[in-house]
Amino acid sequence: MNYISSDLKVVGTRPIRPDGVDKVTGRALFSADTRSAGMIWGKIKRSPHAHARIVSIDTSKAEALPGVRAVVTSADFPEISSEMAFVGEGPMNFRDLSDNIMARGKVLYEGHALAAVAANTQAIADEAIALIDVVYEVLPHVIDVDEAMKADAPVLHADMFTAGVNPKPATPSNIAKVVTFKKGDIDAGFAAAEVIFEDSYTTKPVHQAYIEPHACLATYNPDGQVTIHASSQGHFMIRAYTAKLLGIDMANIRVNPAEIGGGFGGKTLIYLEPVAVALSRKSGKPVKMQMTREDVFRASGPTSGASVTVKLGAKKDGTIVAAQQVLKFQAGAYAGSPIGPGCMCGFAMYDIENIDVLGYDVVSNRPKVAAYRAPGAPISSFAVECAVDDLARMLGMDPLALREKNAAVNGTKTHYGPTHANIGYTQVLEATRAHPHWKAPLAEGHGRGLAVGFWFNIGGESSATVHVNEDGSVVVATGSPDVGGSRASMGMMAAEVLGIDISKVRATIADTASIGYTFVTGGSRVTFATGMAVTQATEKVVEQLKARAAQTWDIPVDAVEWRDGKAYPAGTNAGAFEPLDLAAIALKQARTGGPINSEVSINAQGAGAGFGAHICDVAVDKETGKVEIIRYTAIQDVGKAIHPSYVEGQIQGGAVQGIGWALSEEYIYNDKGLMENPGFLDYRCPVASDLPMIEAVLVEVPNPRHPFGARGVGEVPIIPPMAAISNAIKGATGLRMPDLPMSPPKVRAAMDAAG
Amino acid sequence: MSKSHVTTTINGEAAEFLCETQQTLLDVLRDVVGLTGAKEGCASGDCGACSVLIDGTLVCSCLVLGVEAEGKAITTIEGIAQGDHLHPIQQKFLEHAALQCGFCTPGLIVATKALLDENPNPTETEARYWLAGNLCRCTGYDKVIRAVMDAAAVMRGETV
Repeated sequence: MNYISSDLKVVGTRPIRPDGVDKVTGRALFSADTRSAGMIWGKIKRSPHAHARIVSIDTSKAEALPGVRAVVTSADFPEISSEMAFVGEGPMNFRDLSDNIMARGKVLYEGHALAAVAANTQAIADEAIALIDVVYEVLPHVIDVDEAMKADAPVLHADMFTAGVNPKPATPSNIAKVVTFKKGDIDAGFAAAEVIFEDSYTTKPVHQAYIEPHACLATYNPDGQVTIHASSQGHFMIRAYTAKLLGIDMANIRVNPAEIGGGFGGKTLIYLEPVAVALSRKSGKPVKMQMTREDVFRASGPTSGASVTVKLGAKKDGTIVAAQQVLKFQAGAYAGSPIGPGCMCGFAMYDIENIDVLGYDVVSNRPKVAAYRAPGAPISSFAVECAVDDLARMLGMDPLALREKNAAVNGTKTHYGPTHANIGYTQVLEATRAHPHWKAPLAEGHGRGLAVGFWFNIGGESSATVHVNEDGSVVVATGSPDVGGSRASMGMMAAEVLGIDISKVRATIADTASIGYTFVTGGSRVTFATGMAVTQATEKVVEQLKARAAQTWDIPVDAVEWRDGKAYPAGTNAGAFEPLDLAAIALKQARTGGPINSEVSINAQGAGAGFGAHICDVAVDKETGKVEIIRYTAIQDVGKAIHPSYVEGQIQGGAVQGIGWALSEEYIYNDKGLMENPGFLDYRCPVASDLPMIEAVLVEVPNPRHPFGARGVGEVPIIPPMAAISNAIKGATGLRMPDLPMSPPKVRAAMDAAG
Repeated sequence: MSKSHVTTTINGEAAEFLCETQQTLLDVLRDVVGLTGAKEGCASGDCGACSVLIDGTLVCSCLVLGVEAEGKAITTIEGIAQGDHLHPIQQKFLEHAALQCGFCTPGLIVATKALLDENPNPTETEARYWLAGNLCRCTGYDKVIRAVMDAAAVMRGETV
């Protein structure tokens, strides 16, 4: 059923989230908060080199240390053959993941795990780690993406022959894959252009920087059954990877989802769990592991840094007739950067006849990248949105007018295949033009920037159960970890369908043994896909409730209707009966057929694409080059906001992560290929005093494929900020900052160079 | 190595524990006392997730030794609510949806308590600078600051 035009009583309101009190009182149990009787501590030995052959690992001294219970290396893990995994968000090969969690033969980046210890205390484990003797043959390394693509660059993988080119290359290289998307005739497009703009851009790797470091508690029982407590964006993902990497049946692994302290894509992969299980198997004890912040920076996934060129051709009236983009993405040590979505998203906001996009997935001696909020799109859009802004200047056009003139609409065929349908981009641009921020006068010396962003959003596999309790209250369970308030939305959708108060519904997350398979919390899919499963499961419960009322009244079920939480006879012909509410029906459930519940598993299709536009005002300090955000407005089509506060929160949080990406965050390497800023002091995330309020404007163009019209929200808001800020700096200073981050030294240097 | 015996007050109640001299107060609270509300986000005093009060002063418990709790009064997130009655700061964080994942929330609430104890009527800028030591990666701070300002108003008796 579809409720888009219904009079909604719960959806669209702002109730307090069901897990709220636990989280403001310190009671919520996150990954590192779980303890187990007899638990010991696991620690990982990590590479001090960017690239080296492991000549030998001698663990004998560590094993002899009193209090040490187990030591493992890659020899304790089965060799995995090359096979693509479709388990988390973004491409991953099972063999690469195995090598990434425990290096085999070579270490490929500083921080690469190569041995692990479990001991009675953390202090003993640390001491044992230091006692493991490793002999390395240090190899030449390469960090930068353009350097890594050169013919004479050190090659990380002798078996890497670029995929996507024909014929297959004769020699291995660091280019894992080439991606191309073409629409129309790019040469004819540029030939017809009256104005051409071209520029190059670079971005640095940035970390998801969730405040909760990776952690887990694993127990391997003598009968082969494994229990894991860990936070992640998908406990089924942990199960799948752990089963594959250790050769254990999935039925023998139960993963309990801990509360997750931020993920943003970075917890759609695993690092510790198979190691903890291996240590537990060897020691016979529950093993707890947690990363330090340094480990998180050095060894878990940032997103790609990149080198990008954009070329645009337009008519003098502003019609863009040709658009070309070349993207080179760092994948880290193993293939699998978000080059695909990077190539898809840059031009997807535009209706352009001729488009040519070429992308490279390039390995180098850095940690393997992991998904980060709209993976790839922010990089691609930074370049495109800066170029569109400069094209507008060349044409003497208002930057919003240029975007309006070339905006994708329903029916626009994208360069990567699909045709846009049911999109709300026009309405986003209208809301942008109408917003007071766009019309507000600028203070002397300030600059204003505009940028837009697109994310396709995904659906996928989700499971939900709805149980009517004996007293008529309701429990909703899903397989989707709650990263930002989704439990509230799930409970609200169920309450709406049932016609009852949200306080009567408790939404929870079930472990891998207690609910059907559910794909990761990622791709902005949970409110859409899991919400759809919850709605369908609740509808099945409503059918049962009607059937029980029909049975009680001894009338046909189609003579019963359900509204406002009660069963009513459908009209006078059905008979005169007092309505039965949930509690009344639940009270008699044993006599009318037993427990009332349902489980629905779906593969949701029809995730509506999301579009956003951000307006940013900046002031640039001429002495220091520091950029201050003066005012920030983020406008986005959200389909339907189930819980508007958490929708606004997604937009505000995403925008601020983008502000960090734009102004201060970066991985800094020295000439030995070692990261120099693996901590929050030197890897500078935005703090409260850096920022103004972030105004989130919700445009609601319903997605007809979702029962309440919802579309994914979480990823779009990180896409526009970098270009919006660069465009605002250009407005303030006249200078284009094409390289991220636009940190004070770079801005000051650009101002100095311009005199 | 023999352990040190520490006599202290935690959340208003007399407490004692044994710890190693090099153990941080954060590790003692989490691993010895069993109060896991204070979180380890960095162990270097940069993220504020482990914020607690010592005799009313805001500290990162990862930068304080357990033995330094001797004779002091420690307040953790677990001691902010009075029984089943949430503190106005906690209530306003809930009402304003000032948390998403909730991992930094204990530290932010403890830091806000210290702010409002010292300055009951902060400006938005003062609140932003006071909380600059508490990283939140989810919210962009907008709703956090609104919750703090609203809680301050409630505590001053201006609104409910």
